[in-house]
Amino acid sequence: MKANTKILYLVLLILAIVAPLVGAYPVFLMKALCFALFACAFNLLIGFTGLLSFGHAAFLGTGGYVAGYAIKSMGLPFELSIVVGALAAAAIGYLVGSLAIRRQGIYFSMITLALSQLIYFIYLQAPFTGGEDGIQGIPRGKLLGMIDLENDLIFYYVVLGIFLFGFWLVYRAIHSPFGQILKSIRENEPRAISLGYDVDKYKLLAFVISAGLAGLAGSTKTLSLHLASLTDVTWQASGEVVLMTLLGGLGTILGPVVGALVVVTLQNYLASYGSWVTVIMGAIFVVCVLAFRRGIVGELRAVFSRAP
Amino acid sequence: MQAILSQVMIGLVNGSFYAILSLGLAVIFGMLNIINFSHGALYTMGAFAAWMGLNYFGINYWAALILAPLVVGLFGMLIEKTMLRWLYKLDHLYGLLLTFGLALIIEGLFRNFYGASGLPYAGPEVFSGAFNLGFMILPKYRAWVIFASLSVCFATWFVIERTRLGAYLRAGTENPQLTQAFGINVPRMVTLTYGFGVALAGFAGVLAAPIYQVSPLMGSNIIIVVFAVVVIGGMGSILGSILTGLGLGVIEGLTKVVWPEASAIVVFLIMAIVLVTRPAGLFGREN
Repeated sequence: MKANTKILYLVLLILAIVAPLVGAYPVFLMKALCFALFACAFNLLIGFTGLLSFGHAAFLGTGGYVAGYAIKSMGLPFELSIVVGALAAAAIGYLVGSLAIRRQGIYFSMITLALSQLIYFIYLQAPFTGGEDGIQGIPRGKLLGMIDLENDLIFYYVVLGIFLFGFWLVYRAIHSPFGQILKSIRENEPRAISLGYDVDKYKLLAFVISAGLAGLAGSTKTLSLHLASLTDVTWQASGEVVLMTLLGGLGTILGPVVGALVVVTLQNYLASYGSWVTVIMGAIFVVCVLAFRRGIVGELRAVFSRAP
Repeated sequence: MQAILSQVMIGLVNGSFYAILSLGLAVIFGMLNIINFSHGALYTMGAFAAWMGLNYFGINYWAALILAPLVVGLFGMLIEKTMLRWLYKLDHLYGLLLTFGLALIIEGLFRNFYGASGLPYAGPEVFSGAFNLGFMILPKYRAWVIFASLSVCFATWFVIERTRLGAYLRAGTENPQLTQAFGINVPRMVTLTYGFGVALAGFAGVLAAPIYQVSPLMGSNIIIVVFAVVVIGGMGSILGSILTGLGLGVIEGLTKVVWPEASAIVVFLIMAIVLVTRPAGLFGREN
């Protein structure tokens, strides 16, 4: 890591720590961090492996439902509920991933979308999800059995910790030999195969890690908002994470975080405009694809690297 | 027996929509190498065009059946000329993302002005009532939908596989540079192909308007199933997409009889099974 980058990360970390102390609403920040983690997980696939999953909401929703059910109906402790949610999402990710990697390119996206819709319909009818009502009034439990997490400020720092863990995991994955192989698959898959790499194995592993982290984000989001609902499993939610990552910058490390912050903030302020939100999201998609493909972080990086 | 036959019939109606939509997707994919995510939204647009025509200008069903696809087709050509054109040299995924954004815009606008609940659209008088075939009751309009969409599908197949225009089209798909060198205006052909593909979606939308309510969500509900249909059938063959669409519609209808809860997911399950056994799709070529 270069010195400049280190300073940047440090400044961002300090900002994240002081944000709720200087007036930002903790629940909003939690939601933003959960989506940021979701987008980072998604970016591991699209940005570094070149796989566009159009069904990632299935993993977000799975994490949410399983964690919510575990803590509310089974009475599991907080830590275990979150872990169980993430593991369930990783398991579903293994199933979806092993089917989807059988086809390349655009088919991969269509398969993930279709399978996530399958999962949506299952959750719509399964008894444990509460159907249209979702699971409501989910308690947050206690950290290590001692600290009461119903306090929003305390829970915010727990969420920040979970986010940092996920972010670190993605960062480590990208900067490891494993990450280099993923990038080589993105750049030239036949070549990676001819170099002797079992490409399918790496793709599947990346998919499972990404799904697990998306599930971690979903578990955390559910406990933050006391609610697990069908909204998180819809194809619209899958589209949102694509938008966050595209807007922030595909294949940049901080891009998904920035994109998630921007999109969640926009949704928050535009909530009263109803379906105009959908129109605006669509318009951002179109503008990003046509004129702005590097995303916010990608463009900034280009500007700074050009400067003398 | 009555129940099974009438579900098969409803399945055939749904299947003809799957067929006509997946055919449009396949035609567009062949020429532009883009998966048109806005296909569902343009199907919605066709239905709304028919509804608006009737309620604002008094245009009847038969005129709408011609005019709505034209409007949708022209709109598609405008999109191709102004936006999609710039993406051909890039990764395929950008085409998917752009058309996804367009779908959100179109759907959001319709929702904004007409709400999320459906609007009723009356079909033509001629087709009110039903045929009594003795062993089952067949609503006339449903019979017409199956007939009309199959005719359009086979006409499309005929044009592409059996005429000179179709030969140009196939040549342009195979090798655009060489086709251009023979003096054929490939960019214009690409525009027309996209326009035609989405006009098919608009046509399906008009056909669907009297059966389902005209609603902003009708497109996104059907398009994901159509994606699964395309994965199952593969996009290599036109007859293949028609047959896959019809067949899956019937299977979906039969599932409603034996296990109603599973009817929404049966197509996706079949997709999973096909991916395990024949990854390239039933009619697909691996490339």
